[in-house]
Amino acid sequence: MDDLRAKYLSRIGDASDEAALEEVRLAAIGKKGEVSLAMRELGRMTAEERQQAGPRLNALKAEITSALAARKAALEDAGLEARLAEEWLDVTLPGRRSGRSVATGSVHPVSQVWEECTAIFADMGFRVAEGPQVESDWYNFDALNIPDHHPARGEMDTFYMARADGDTRPPHVLRTHTSPVQIRAMQETGAPIRIICPGRVYRADYDQTHTPMFHQIEGLALDRDISMANLKWVLEEFFSAYFGKSVKTRFRASHFPFTEPSAEVDIQCSWEGGTVKVGEGDGWLEVLGSGMVHPHVLRAGGVDPAEWQGFAFGMGIDRIAMLKYGIPDLRAFFDSDLRWLRHYGFGALSVPTLRGGF
Amino acid sequence: MKFTLSWLKDHLETDAGVAAIAEALTDLGLEVEDVTDPAAALRDFRLGHVTAAEKHPDADRLRVCTVETADGPAQIICGAPNARAGITVVVASPGTYIPGLDTTIQVGKIRGVESHGMMASERELQLSDAHEGIIELPSGEVGQSFADWLAEHRPNAIDPVIEIAITPNRPDALGVRGIARDLAARGLGTLKPEEAAAVAGRFPSPVGATIDGDALPLAPHFTGRLIRGVTNGPSPAWLQARLTAIGLRPISALVDITNFFTVDRNRPLHVFDAGRLSGDLRVHLARGGETLEALDERSYTFAPGMVAISDAAGVQSIAGIMGGAPTGVEDATTDVFVESAWWDPVGIARTGRALKVNSDARYRFERGVDPAWTRAGLEAATRMILDLCGGEPSEAVEAGAAPDHARAYRLDAARCASLVGMEIPEATQRGTLEALGFRMEGDMARVPSWRPDVQGEADLVEEVARVASLTRLVPQPMPRAEPGVPAPILTPGQRAEQTARRSCAALGYNEVVSYSFIDGASAALFDGGTDATRLDNPISSEMSHLRPDLLPGLLQAAARNQKRGQGDLALFEVGAVFHGGEPGDQRTQVAALLTGRTGPKDVHGASRPVDPFDVKADAEAVLAALGAPAKVQILREGAAWWHPGRHGRICLGPKKTLGVFGEVHPKVLRAMGVRGPAVAFALWPAEIPAPRRAAAARPALVLSDLQAVERDFAFVLDAGVEAGQVVAAAQGADKALIEEVRVFDQFTGGALGEGQKSLAITVRIQPTDRTLTDAQIEAVAQKVVAKVSAATGGTLRG
Repeated sequence: MDDLRAKYLSRIGDASDEAALEEVRLAAIGKKGEVSLAMRELGRMTAEERQQAGPRLNALKAEITSALAARKAALEDAGLEARLAEEWLDVTLPGRRSGRSVATGSVHPVSQVWEECTAIFADMGFRVAEGPQVESDWYNFDALNIPDHHPARGEMDTFYMARADGDTRPPHVLRTHTSPVQIRAMQETGAPIRIICPGRVYRADYDQTHTPMFHQIEGLALDRDISMANLKWVLEEFFSAYFGKSVKTRFRASHFPFTEPSAEVDIQCSWEGGTVKVGEGDGWLEVLGSGMVHPHVLRAGGVDPAEWQGFAFGMGIDRIAMLKYGIPDLRAFFDSDLRWLRHYGFGALSVPTLRGGF
Repeated sequence: MKFTLSWLKDHLETDAGVAAIAEALTDLGLEVEDVTDPAAALRDFRLGHVTAAEKHPDADRLRVCTVETADGPAQIICGAPNARAGITVVVASPGTYIPGLDTTIQVGKIRGVESHGMMASERELQLSDAHEGIIELPSGEVGQSFADWLAEHRPNAIDPVIEIAITPNRPDALGVRGIARDLAARGLGTLKPEEAAAVAGRFPSPVGATIDGDALPLAPHFTGRLIRGVTNGPSPAWLQARLTAIGLRPISALVDITNFFTVDRNRPLHVFDAGRLSGDLRVHLARGGETLEALDERSYTFAPGMVAISDAAGVQSIAGIMGGAPTGVEDATTDVFVESAWWDPVGIARTGRALKVNSDARYRFERGVDPAWTRAGLEAATRMILDLCGGEPSEAVEAGAAPDHARAYRLDAARCASLVGMEIPEATQRGTLEALGFRMEGDMARVPSWRPDVQGEADLVEEVARVASLTRLVPQPMPRAEPGVPAPILTPGQRAEQTARRSCAALGYNEVVSYSFIDGASAALFDGGTDATRLDNPISSEMSHLRPDLLPGLLQAAARNQKRGQGDLALFEVGAVFHGGEPGDQRTQVAALLTGRTGPKDVHGASRPVDPFDVKADAEAVLAALGAPAKVQILREGAAWWHPGRHGRICLGPKKTLGVFGEVHPKVLRAMGVRGPAVAFALWPAEIPAPRRAAAARPALVLSDLQAVERDFAFVLDAGVEAGQVVAAAQGADKALIEEVRVFDQFTGGALGEGQKSLAITVRIQPTDRTLTDAQIEAVAQKVVAKVSAATGGTLRG
């Protein structure tokens, strides 16, 4: 019996593939296998002999069976390893993109900053109002306390729409600021009101720092007791949220026909090394015009100045985008250079939220 | 507005330095744009004394000087002819920057002899053009600062020049005295009293003046006088220096005097050569057609209603804007008629705009000149003319009267706290207003004549607040109008724009923001470029019309990028396009453009030219993100800028087009300089029907446990039959059981005849209540074949 054991364990160990292993299995524990035959002999034995041989044969069969299984697993593993070795890939090859394999898309900085601004102001209770980009001169000028002869009209570099012969109305204009939206919004909902009006505006000017089209965001808040001190708070909250650090503002007296009193607002910055860093240092950078809405403007919007008061402000979206994201040239915003769009653009999923930060 | 510090000090008693003054001006609303302080550039120059000057051993024209300086004796080589022992000079020691040479002096050797510094000429210090020799001073101690010496002996040479921006509401600050008044109110000094004595005339003016009745609204007040026997010629040095410092060219004493008062008091004046006037002056409305050769050597033709000043010979002046050349003063003028008048700002603005004439006088009258100082201005000018040019004054002539400017507003001391949020004691508020020239009568503030901008109570608050300084403003939290979590604020349209934008970017497109105006020719390719959308004053012919569509802007961007070597482009824009020139003639469009290949050559072999099916899939993806219905029709017959056979309109019924996709017409590409292929889509988000249900809850999900069955069919069809027809027909075979029909193969050629194609579809049959038997499935299949054959004339491929 020890011979049998040695013989089959050795043959199992030598089997080089599954077919050879099956042969060994049949020869040992198949129906006519040697071990099976030996087990059949048990019946002819005496009870005493059987008591000795039976367990030994059973143990032998079990041992062979498990050796077969182990060998089979080993053969399978070897086969798999050989296949895997052949399936080697150069994983440094570029990945396969689905569909068009163009580079990642992007969102323009103006759009990104639009969303950032609306997210911040929405939290302070401002909604987003919009208006037409071609405006009547009443909405763009008269309603904003800029009558026909006012010198401010000449200083605005206004684009005028052509008038057909025989049309005696004053020509429409491409809005020179987003302020006409204030009037439209007041006419629509009256006071109290809190709106921001982001949008395209136009001035006939083109040089290093001016483009004939740019983007403004206008703010308007009217209630019974809103003051300029509230404006300062709102702007400091806005700039701090927008730039992601505490930003101080400085108010300087100025003049705009549509506000009274009026103030130009500077934000705190440092000028070291030729770059502007907002929110540090003791320099100041002018970023917006603001003031308390002029009684004439309230009346033009159908709001009673005896009952309501509040502030308005306007700033350049492109400009605050340049400041925050270190974009040097305004003109490049509208040049659609793919390299610029990719460098300064934002990912599709980078949706600005207050909870996630900008 | 430019002025010098010494000019300011004519009106303001102050010890404040130029830096403190500049800071206060900006804070008061008179924003300082530039301060030029010549002394700053001269800070490092000190006086020295030349104790010896020997000829240079190797150069005839150079001298080796020994100069006693602040740091002891120094050897300096000098080539100036006047370099000699015994003179007091201005020394630049090594390391000093020389403004006139734009260089920094170093220790150097000149022809083998060391030189430790430089002795400067006037030109090298930018004091004057003099460069014949080095500066020789009549006084001064060794080591004394040259800037200090100048301040003491030649203050004009280092008079700081301040330039401020003037907002349209502050004409009073167009005069130096107005600026001084603001600074005094701020507490930076005391406003000096003004001389107001009238000049006694010695004879009646031979030139009279009248104002026509119908001209009075525009020309209410005219004063003047003749001064005979004046000596014109260059004005004195102090006056020339003042004018030169602020960028005005001295011309002659008489003209310089008018310019002086223009700047000093914002009081434009005009001087006529009385010898060239004939008869009296008459202020009147032009009949139209009169012409005048003006002082700017241009000829102007009056329109009816403009105000003119005429003598017996005809029109001699565009009133308040510019005088005429024939009656202008010259050096030889001996008899001068001085005019000081007040003109209505609106009239001046209209005339100036119509005649396209810009003058300093127009600028000032348009903004508002003090109407109460017209006569006083004449007297002040007369005094200065008599001082500088001599002569004998006539009695003044005066027509009309100063317009009534009297008005008063109530000072509500609490209003400042309410409107601005600053607590300022009432006494301080009254004091501020009085310092600015308001007269307090009880709680009424009477507005000074030089402040046309003050038109209500809010203006009083503005004055008080700006003089107190807005830097004192303390931020006050503004609570939300509604407490709690803020409600959403974006409109459906705004959300749609945002969704479209982010969807396009996610699909690999780069967002551009292009100008809203394009050239007329490009606009015309897209049904635009008409007069309705034309700008009257475009900045260039490339920007003459409002864009009728976003595609031309995208195509122009593509052309520019292709020129830079970027050919595989995916660009998109979301923005307004214009179909007319009225407010509201605008719609929001989403447009995207693909050019070139799907990507660079790729190891996976995926790169191929872009085609209309790329943009179709993307357009569908964006529409789906915008909540458009899944079931749409694809119709043809879109606009002319699409390839006629390779575009489709995505429609809800024949009249409602949500968007278009396809290939851009090759002619359009050629006209716009774009290399093809170029495929695009354009969507109109506002056309997408708003969802009927506002609730957030979804409809219940109905799932079938029964196995769906898919059957494939291949049809042989005429090549012109569209896949859409086949799909629609198959879908119609059994609306209850057929869940989906997909096209999965198309081919032409091979065994198929000419003009034939094979189209293969998969039909997915979803049983609803019980499993279908083979016979039932076969029956559905039969109906599919029958329907498709009937609709298209095609046959099932065996």
